[in-house]
Amino acid sequence: MSDILEVKGLSFRYPDSTRRAVADFDLSVPQGEIVVLAGPSGCGKSTLLRAVNGLVPHMYSGEYGGEVKVGGVAVKDSSMRDLAQRVGFLFQNPENQIFMFTVERDVAFGLENLGVPREEMRTRVDEAMRLLDISDLAQRAPHELSDGQKQRVALAGVLAMRPQLVILDEPTSLLDPKTAAELVALVARLRRELGTTFVVVEHRLDLLVKVADRLVVMNEGRKVMEGTPRDVLFRDEAESYGVAVPAITQVQKMLAKDRLVPTSGLMTPAELAAAVGGGSR
Amino acid sequence: MIELRNVTFVHQNGVKALDGVSLKIDSGETVAVVGENGAGKTTLVKHVTGLLKPASGDVLVDGQSTSTTSTARISRKVGVAFQNPDHQLFSESVEEEMAFALRNFGFAPQLVEERVKWGLELFGLEEYRKSSPLVLSGGEKKRLTLACILAWDPEVVILDEPTVGQDSIQKERLAETIKMLSSAGKTVVVVSHDIEFLWPIQPRVVVMKAGRIVGDGPAATLMQDRELLDSARVVQPQLVSLHQQLTKRPERPFTDALEARRWLERGKRTP
Repeated sequence: MSDILEVKGLSFRYPDSTRRAVADFDLSVPQGEIVVLAGPSGCGKSTLLRAVNGLVPHMYSGEYGGEVKVGGVAVKDSSMRDLAQRVGFLFQNPENQIFMFTVERDVAFGLENLGVPREEMRTRVDEAMRLLDISDLAQRAPHELSDGQKQRVALAGVLAMRPQLVILDEPTSLLDPKTAAELVALVARLRRELGTTFVVVEHRLDLLVKVADRLVVMNEGRKVMEGTPRDVLFRDEAESYGVAVPAITQVQKMLAKDRLVPTSGLMTPAELAAAVGGGSR
Repeated sequence: MIELRNVTFVHQNGVKALDGVSLKIDSGETVAVVGENGAGKTTLVKHVTGLLKPASGDVLVDGQSTSTTSTARISRKVGVAFQNPDHQLFSESVEEEMAFALRNFGFAPQLVEERVKWGLELFGLEEYRKSSPLVLSGGEKKRLTLACILAWDPEVVILDEPTVGQDSIQKERLAETIKMLSSAGKTVVVVSHDIEFLWPIQPRVVVMKAGRIVGDGPAATLMQDRELLDSARVVQPQLVSLHQQLTKRPERPFTDALEARRWLERGKRTP
């Protein structure tokens, strides 16, 4: 399958900074993959995301090197208007992207801005609301909703644009554990049903590692690790880059060294308990 | 140190955010407040700081009612780092930001300087000393608000979602800081969805749901109560879940991965 996102030798330095925020960065993401981006704070994740959605270099100027392509087209040569349709961005705090009087109007906001014809807009808004199970909220005021619902409304607005690539910036950090798990399940479902490609920045990996295809770790602007979540989390250096290795994976890793449990795949607490003969004591 | 007596609070839109909440937190306790979005956790915190006054009931901080004490006086005793650091950062530089409250509280210049240095080092922010707080990343801003509060050494430290935007190294440091505050006799209240972060700290846990407290007890006991956690949309820590599936004994679950490994290996040697 063709790559939806191609980053080749990307470097970027902000004008007031002495070091490059992103340095010689390469990344290819095929359609339908879920890629998680991790790394210590200040490692360049936000700048990389800006280079994908076009804020770098269109809004933030600086020393730009290398190339970023979304759907085969260079971000640098695309207009923000064009990029807005191809790259969806879900902010950490949905409050930052919800502001209309009704849910329906909010989901339609991006499409209205692009001047999409009325009928087409109706179809796409209904479809997005149905996908996220918020059709019954269509006439509600967004500020009256729970945080989990707001997150869904914001994501519906993103999906209504039918982007090729969706970026999620710490999507679960403000959600309660159950709501966070539901959002991760939703991401997995959207990938399965629509073939949507996701790039997710997240520190809380306990939920995401089960659905992600790949984990990329950044440090000081560079890519320092890349592989399946299992491969990256099993390497000792992951923790030195501030990657939160889930507690259950830490146990699995230690037991795997002693060959007490399988070394392939990441196990849940239930799977691990079963593998060591749970309930016997 | 903190006491809520049958506190009720209703938002302007008519939603009852706190519904007859009674809670007593002793000096030196570390308490985690968990529960679903909109359960009333932040509203509860705002009552302790005196930013919100109860519609009925009373809130006492160190024996004084927040309804009759000025917010400024309460803030000398209660330091709070809010969920969104943008709501409390306003100075031109990071060091100014830290010095602001200290000067307001009448600290001597020499002490202000020492405390600023201490706080910036503790949270790895030295390199930003002269920078505007606005250029910091979300995680760095959160650490700065924390440094600001700890610098004036309040009796009660309240952290609302402190782990958002923090990598695992910062989280570990944060957990260490909470333990350090606790051993220094401070009262610490942490509001968090990050159960995996809270678990190794082993705090007293208060579970909230729809404006009420539905559970209150030591983490080791409370986190074994699946039914209660489910009803409040809280997920069990992974190690508790593992422990429960390995053994039916109601002993203390593993607090870290090493403990789990030791337990499992012991089992292999003596089948």
